[in-house]
Amino acid sequence: MRHWIARQRYLIDYTVAALARRMAKNAGLVAVYTALVFVIASVLLYSHALKREAGYLLQGAPEVVLQKLTAGRHDLVPADYVEKLQGIRGVRSVQGRLWGYYFDPLASANFTVMVPPDRVIPSGSIVIGEGIARTRGAAEGDVIAMRGSNGALILLRVAEILPRESNIVTADLFLVGEADFRALFSITPGLYTDVVLSVAQPREVRTIAEKVLLVLPDTRPVLREEILRTYEAVFDWREGIVLMLLVGAGLAFVILAWEKASGLSADEQREIGVLKALGWETGDVLTMKLWEGALVSGFAFLAGFSLAYWHVFTFSAPLFAPVLKGWSVLYPDFRLTPAVDGLQLASLFLFTVVPYVAATLVPVWRAAVTDPDRVMR
Amino acid sequence: MTDAFIELRGVRKAYNEGLPNQFWAVDGVDLMLERGRVTLLTGPSGSGKTTLLTLLGCLARPTEGRVRVAGQDVSSLPERFLTEQRRHNFGFVFQQFNLIRGLSVLDNVMLPAFPLAPPHGALRARALQLLGELGLAHRSDARVEWLSGGEAQRTAIARALINDPPVVIADEPTANLDTHLSKAFLAIVERLKDEGRTVILSSHDALVAEASIVDRIVSLRDGKVVG
Repeated sequence: MRHWIARQRYLIDYTVAALARRMAKNAGLVAVYTALVFVIASVLLYSHALKREAGYLLQGAPEVVLQKLTAGRHDLVPADYVEKLQGIRGVRSVQGRLWGYYFDPLASANFTVMVPPDRVIPSGSIVIGEGIARTRGAAEGDVIAMRGSNGALILLRVAEILPRESNIVTADLFLVGEADFRALFSITPGLYTDVVLSVAQPREVRTIAEKVLLVLPDTRPVLREEILRTYEAVFDWREGIVLMLLVGAGLAFVILAWEKASGLSADEQREIGVLKALGWETGDVLTMKLWEGALVSGFAFLAGFSLAYWHVFTFSAPLFAPVLKGWSVLYPDFRLTPAVDGLQLASLFLFTVVPYVAATLVPVWRAAVTDPDRVMR
Repeated sequence: MTDAFIELRGVRKAYNEGLPNQFWAVDGVDLMLERGRVTLLTGPSGSGKTTLLTLLGCLARPTEGRVRVAGQDVSSLPERFLTEQRRHNFGFVFQQFNLIRGLSVLDNVMLPAFPLAPPHGALRARALQLLGELGLAHRSDARVEWLSGGEAQRTAIARALINDPPVVIADEPTANLDTHLSKAFLAIVERLKDEGRTVILSSHDALVAEASIVDRIVSLRDGKVVG
């Protein structure tokens, strides 16, 4: 074993010296390789983190959201629906919600306005998300003017700015009292925008949704698991699109690597012949080249992956975020919680390092099995 | 004391086998080379000197015939065992020296020992000792592309000796050297002979053929021994 290790050390020493001799060529290859790993890893890390984040968010979401439909369109829910739902066996709690979107001409953006279910906001006050505070330059105590759906101006004093930590959820959020909400959107008392249900047995959520449809046939229950699946599908689709676009870059790299590997220069072939003539076995030459491939691709993989990690989790992936995140799905500026999927990491390794090492070895093997007497002729 | 260290029986070597341009570079050679002697293979260009050297040094297998080294038949050994023979029994000094560019003199000298993985300190000490004996200690850290022709050849000789082989093979060793350096090379060969090594040279240089250290001259023509 000690002999084996000593031998590998000699081979690695030689490999490092060989790489250093072709510094410019190898540096170029490592740079392209690193860039490829970087972009693929960025896409994978970012979309994985987004899906995980969405999953965490939805853990706290209600199990069922019930919308009323009129002519197939979303309509306001009458308060008596809440009473009817409470009568269904298996339903633990029912709550009517008031929320909607407000287009702010000053910021040229849509914000979410809602009446919080767990706190009372006094009439004339408003709690705003950090993103809105930034966009409008608003601080606590300032007055924000909003134009109601009837055209009247409603003035609300900023009571609080939501903390930045909850940014992904709250950045574009206005929290207002019930009376102000109804005044803003001209929704009369006794009507809600939708209703949320929680069930006693999460496994029975589908059965309860069916019961709801029997009692209130003009409604549409939206299950939490469906939303989660939709998120997954959306991000998977976007990830797929970006990766497809990167296929071109990947192919270019394969051609470059193949060119480098298969086109062993006359110098390299001669060197292999000399080593064999001096007493190196075919196996020694192959091991040396294996180390070369492993060092180049291992370094590129680590560098590319580290850069991608930094790009995604420190800088929020400025290169890919607009495509992967989508403006309409997640507008706010937020920082993702670092998350790495082991399987994804292994796949990336498998699809970048292994083919490169293989592509390097095949032509070297062809050169290494030829008789060493070539160097004499 | 002399005894047959390398023995060739009916050896033939074809290139481009089975193709219309097939030719026999070595054509029916019987030869016995004694231990501790200096043998010179001579003959005009294309006479088969270099091919015969590759067969003697286990760099290639014969197409026909038998090659025995130290009593062992190596004619049909698998590549791995042939390498083993090369590693332990032969040191090569190539006509173009074939030093690995970009590496230092010291690294080049140590190269044949890498697969044997001796302790690094001992290997380095031996390489430096050989370079010292050949007057190259001061050039050990220089890159080989900066060496003069004579220095490059002495580096190649040190490399050939690093595994302490009983046989040293040199192909056209004086082809790239002036008279002064050629004489210096022959002085080194004399030392190798004094150490008890077998030396096989190929050359058509009269200076080598006339050297007193050469014990035997084998003349070749058209792949056959003619004298």
